[in-house]
Amino acid sequence: MTEQISRNKVDSRDMPLASAANAPSSPPVTGPGTPARTRRRSYSRHRNGPLFWVAIIALSAVFVVPLLWMGLTSVRSQPDSVTTPITLIPREFTLRAYQLIFNETQNPVLLWALNSLVAAVLHSLLVLVVASMAAYALARMEFRGRGLIFGVLIATLFIPGFIFMMPNYLMMDRLGWLDTLTALVVPGAAGAFGVFFLRQFFLSIPRELEETALIDGANTWTILTRIIIPLSKPALVTLGILSFLANWNDFIWPIFVLFSPERMTLPAGLATLQGAYVTDYPVIMAGATIASVPVLVLYVFLQRYVIEGVATSGIKG
Amino acid sequence: MTALPSAATRPAGGPGGERRGRLRLHHPLTPYALCAPYVLLLTAFVLVPAVWGIWISLHDWDFLLPYKPFVGAQNYANLFDPSSIVFGDFWNGMKNTAIFTVASVPFLVVIPFLVALLLNRHFPARTFFRAMIFAPFVLGIAVIGVLFKYLLNTQFGLINAFLDAVGLPPVAWLETQPAVWIALVGVTVWWTMGFNTVIYLAGLQSLPEEHYEAAELDGAGAWGKLRHITVPGLRMVMIFVVTTTILASANMFGQSYLLTSGGPGDSTRTAIMVMTEEGLRRFKMGSASAMSYLLALFLAVISIANFFLMRERKS
Repeated sequence: MTEQISRNKVDSRDMPLASAANAPSSPPVTGPGTPARTRRRSYSRHRNGPLFWVAIIALSAVFVVPLLWMGLTSVRSQPDSVTTPITLIPREFTLRAYQLIFNETQNPVLLWALNSLVAAVLHSLLVLVVASMAAYALARMEFRGRGLIFGVLIATLFIPGFIFMMPNYLMMDRLGWLDTLTALVVPGAAGAFGVFFLRQFFLSIPRELEETALIDGANTWTILTRIIIPLSKPALVTLGILSFLANWNDFIWPIFVLFSPERMTLPAGLATLQGAYVTDYPVIMAGATIASVPVLVLYVFLQRYVIEGVATSGIKG
Repeated sequence: MTALPSAATRPAGGPGGERRGRLRLHHPLTPYALCAPYVLLLTAFVLVPAVWGIWISLHDWDFLLPYKPFVGAQNYANLFDPSSIVFGDFWNGMKNTAIFTVASVPFLVVIPFLVALLLNRHFPARTFFRAMIFAPFVLGIAVIGVLFKYLLNTQFGLINAFLDAVGLPPVAWLETQPAVWIALVGVTVWWTMGFNTVIYLAGLQSLPEEHYEAAELDGAGAWGKLRHITVPGLRMVMIFVVTTTILASANMFGQSYLLTSGGPGDSTRTAIMVMTEEGLRRFKMGSASAMSYLLALFLAVISIANFFLMRERKS
């Protein structure tokens, strides 16, 4: 029975190797190369006893309850959120917190959400376009300087991200990008992860397709847009969603490069909201809920790509 | 498995590849045009800043003042001079980062491994549970920070309500040591353990089934298989997990910033907090740059030592 289910869909790795996606500072222990295809191990064949299910249910509670609590608190009244003994079900359901922050001008949460969305979408599009172009050249073309570019890319993966904070802050100042969303969209697209990730995927596409197209008179642009891009959809979706999430959640950079209340993104705004509404927990939790729901929805639909993208980073060895 | 024949079957540097290389079917400038936008970004926001940062660290670089005098290695020397203003703050930050790293890494390495073993068994909705454990990680530190600031509240927090329900006294999670470190490590484990779990799971799936079958024929029990097949088979994955986890913990910032503001006292003010406050709040960028390079040097040494230590044990 285990043999039949041994090939879980998610485990069939069509994805190339890639370095860690969570932090630009993570060095790749994995280098370029296609993983040796070994026979995958089927799941443990031990029968799952009651202890197993106790562990699974306890684990689930640990992960679900805090998030549930966030949503439940956002529809409580303020006194209810600071009344003991605390109750699971709100003593009174109210949308006061949402009404308050939607109508507030000091802390424009909806505007922050829009800023977050605009920055994250533009950032992931920029990453996709710029990285796929460079990755295609590095994967398929021979030119003077290719080795140099590749070497520099690898070297940058070993430099921790905080090194760049001071000089890039000054760079933002010189470019006039301080307190603008451009500061969140552009500099992060210089990370080497996207180029590595896509180059690795492009290498797995057979050359014959491109050669046939070349004989038919196609130029590089046609090959890129008609053959490579359509064939790389899973890799592009993975890179797009990982870039979106990283940008949406970025905290340390926005809190320093953005200052105006109307320019903030949700993470930076949440810190402000916490300072402004110290003990009005429903308001803070409503802000946190607004910041969470879009990414959780996206995650529910694209979790396969997110998890595969992360999973491939540690494999090889 | 894939619709595409594997590129691995083609010898990369073989004669076929050579011939194709010489038969150039694109304009000689095309690859440069394709790389240009990325190389421009890389130059502007990675290469120039990496060098510029060193230049800044050699100056008394106050962002708000027009005159930024060259001071040589003075900013670095200050970090080692107990009589300088930055000495105390910087080394306190380094100490706190070290405490956090030492306290969090074992849990972040071991708990995800155990959870991955659990999730590697066959049971219904397995993919769902894996996705659920990874969910906090897609939320980012701002949401996690403000959420746990409430959950860990001494009076009204859910955590203390739970302790009360099982007959334990309330704990001032965000006000007293060592409870604050326990809280910060706990929140970090909750937030990021899904990442390492997913990596371990992928590693477990890649272990060849034959080894387990052979071990079973030899009469190995669950413990024997874990010790002699699973753990050695995951050696490289573990090196990866330990290395990335150490680096991530050494970068700790948001948890302290949002949950404790570095308190109580300055006991949870991490190196990154000290560095950003010095450079981006007080705008002493020369001094802050020197701090960042020194911290990076520490991390480089630890990463290299860690890599060799773990590799040695293999042989």
